Amino acid sequence: MSIEEFISRITASANNAPGHLLQYLYEIQYQYSHIPQRAIKLLAEKLSLTESHIHGVIGFYTFLHDSPRGSYDVLISDSITDHMLGSRTLLDALCTRLGVTPATPRDDGRVSVDTTSCTGMCDQGPAMLVNGWTITAVDESRIDTIADLIESGTAVDQWPNEFFRVEDNIQRLDILLSDDSSNGDALRSLIDKCDDAVLEQIESSGLRGRGGAGFNTGMKWRFCKQTEADQRYVVCNADEGEPGTFKDRVLLNAYADKVFEGMTVCAGVIGATKGYLYLRGEYRYLRAPLEQVLQKQREANLLGNNILGKDGFDFDIEIHMGAGAYICGEESSLIESLEGKRGIPRKRPPFPVTHGYQNKPTVVNNVETFMAAALIAIHGADWFRSVGTEQSSGTKLLSISGDCEKPGIYEYPFGVSIQDILKDCGAKATQAVQIAGAAGFTIPPAEFERCIAFEDVSTGGSFMAFNQERDLLDMVKNFAHFFLHESCGFCTPCRVGSSLMKDLVDKVHAGHAGQYDLDEIQKIGQLMRSTSHCGLGTTAPNPMLDTLNKFPQIYEKHLKHSSYEPAFDLDAALQDARDITGRDDAGAHLGTES
Amino acid sequence: MSGNNTFKLDGKDIPFEDGDTIMDAALRAGEYIPHLCHNPEFTPHGSCRVCVVNANGRQISACTQPAMENMEVDNTSDEIMGQRRALLQMLFVEGNHVCPGCEKSGACQLQAVAYYTNMLSPHFTHFFPQRSVDASHADIAIDFNRCILCELCVRASRDVDHKNVFTIDGRGINTHLVINSPSGRLGDSSFAASDKAAHVCPVGAILPKHTAYDRPIGERLYDKQPISIVGDVAAHEQDEDR
Repeated sequence: MSIEEFISRITASANNAPGHLLQYLYEIQYQYSHIPQRAIKLLAEKLSLTESHIHGVIGFYTFLHDSPRGSYDVLISDSITDHMLGSRTLLDALCTRLGVTPATPRDDGRVSVDTTSCTGMCDQGPAMLVNGWTITAVDESRIDTIADLIESGTAVDQWPNEFFRVEDNIQRLDILLSDDSSNGDALRSLIDKCDDAVLEQIESSGLRGRGGAGFNTGMKWRFCKQTEADQRYVVCNADEGEPGTFKDRVLLNAYADKVFEGMTVCAGVIGATKGYLYLRGEYRYLRAPLEQVLQKQREANLLGNNILGKDGFDFDIEIHMGAGAYICGEESSLIESLEGKRGIPRKRPPFPVTHGYQNKPTVVNNVETFMAAALIAIHGADWFRSVGTEQSSGTKLLSISGDCEKPGIYEYPFGVSIQDILKDCGAKATQAVQIAGAAGFTIPPAEFERCIAFEDVSTGGSFMAFNQERDLLDMVKNFAHFFLHESCGFCTPCRVGSSLMKDLVDKVHAGHAGQYDLDEIQKIGQLMRSTSHCGLGTTAPNPMLDTLNKFPQIYEKHLKHSSYEPAFDLDAALQDARDITGRDDAGAHLGTES
Repeated sequence: MSGNNTFKLDGKDIPFEDGDTIMDAALRAGEYIPHLCHNPEFTPHGSCRVCVVNANGRQISACTQPAMENMEVDNTSDEIMGQRRALLQMLFVEGNHVCPGCEKSGACQLQAVAYYTNMLSPHFTHFFPQRSVDASHADIAIDFNRCILCELCVRASRDVDHKNVFTIDGRGINTHLVINSPSGRLGDSSFAASDKAAHVCPVGAILPKHTAYDRPIGERLYDKQPISIVGDVAAHEQDEDR
């Protein structure tokens, strides 16, 4: 197929809608291993967009490239938990075997190897993506086989099936995961009880958003319903990008019908006819099975026109792929991305409930929130409130990884203590727990009696354990690099601050820093926290500020004992002068008093 | 609703109308809130964050925050001024801003706001990025070293000139301004010196050629009065004295 034919085919499938730009680019990337200039030109003509606009979109998303990647594009997950499982050694081994430098395609164009932000496989890492397909449990033997498969030019779909196996690893079930209601029960309940009654149940259930922000779900739905509009939208946020989170992956693999039903309940309540599932690019492997579930739901009349025979109850769901941008988990960035643009967070107000997708009232909820809503529609508010705490009703799915015997998915009633969780997952000699991901909280043992709840330690689901053997500064460094990579670049404090912060953390890590540098980290962190445009910038300094406050010893042992240290080695900087003068005596060296 | 609502800016009553941001109302009342990416002719942007104020205990950008009845806004405390200074220092080290060698010196908002906030040094480590100068256009030059990503040229070219000459590419610290032309050079674009986008740059990134020193340094807009009195450089485009 010529590139012209390919582009005509993919754009025709979406009626040449310019808003699908990111979707077209995603398809083109995987067809040609980059977005060729010819494709940009054709798209610009077809969609009446400028070429530079298209370049700007490509430049924003990590998985899109305007120059060729290798025919095999290998991305090794760079989450701290992957590091702890040896990912960096495996990366070096793969690069050595293949004779390739990280981030640069090999001269023959066969392969490129690079790192990528957390791929959501922390319970079965180290993980990697090959041409977008997830490979788990990578070890030395898999690296050897992968190198052979690449050198022999074996197509990725011919690689051993077990490489691509993703386990659910559900370790603890509670009211959500153990529910045995039948497909369609939530919608039957909606039709029986009428929309308002279901909305009242959602409201009195106290359900709050499970993505991390914790906004009251019933209130969100009601605001959206009350806003005058000719169209409303339901969007499911499956851009699970917070390092250490992977519970939505499991819900979409094993409970997708309930998630889609939850979206449909929302549509019935607010009066929407169209929904989107925004699926992170890292979960490419989930797309086809999810399309099958959607088809099954349509065949069961749980999606489509006149759902379950109710006149005028029309709703359908489309899957949109993300392309490697953590910021798109922020709801207004996600909407920008859904519209095919760079994922820059919008100004708020207005909020998406009144001005969302296509400027229409839009409910954006997390995968887990929609599933909970579906079950509340069936079993009612009291059932949901029967577990959890007063302010945090129901349960929370935790994605547990790091130093523990049984990583995986744990569903707990809100109010569970951190020490109980650590015991259940088999974590021993725990030095710290990082809760809510890179943007979250670092919890020391003295606070392990604290609880998972909106009123205490709030989390979207990430829970990473670190034992006494770990240098926590490795984690801080990993997160500093993560935020540098993921800052969208819109506002000054986050764009520049995350770069200054990364340099300072590297300086500490390399043993070149003094107290002055720690004070600078504090100062920059406070500035980012109070002046950034969105939640990414305000939370990006959390790991530094939290550890400086609660784990000062991890910094102190890396410090040089002076108030100020330059970022470079002064004595090493004199080497050129020594070479020129031919001197290497003691007088040609700066004193090394430490 | 009537237009009798007021909020307090540093204790002073500021009237506002429905739909006003804090910035809109303050500007109308003749009160200065430092800013770079804001220009009242365009939709608020909120990216430079220099207009940060404390409103009812929360730090927000005055250019995007709707004014609300009885809001207490702190615009000049040491804390707010210190934060603005640090944001300006970040902008200074991110690009290559060499005031003594810059044609725009004395009529540059970045420089003028830095003076206003008593910024005496860049403080942070300079990034010294490798950026280019594009002198391909007959009448206008672009020095990317001085771009602060305010997107005023992007907005002006898109919303007023309807040409989309400028756009933003990259992400994070690699975010940069690009030109929409086959070669990526300004001379190959449809840009004209009469475009609105040629007259909105608050710094010395987009510069008219041949007239740089018509007005000597020392006799320029901010050489005589501070920015808090004379306001934005773009508002003085037509003035003889800029």
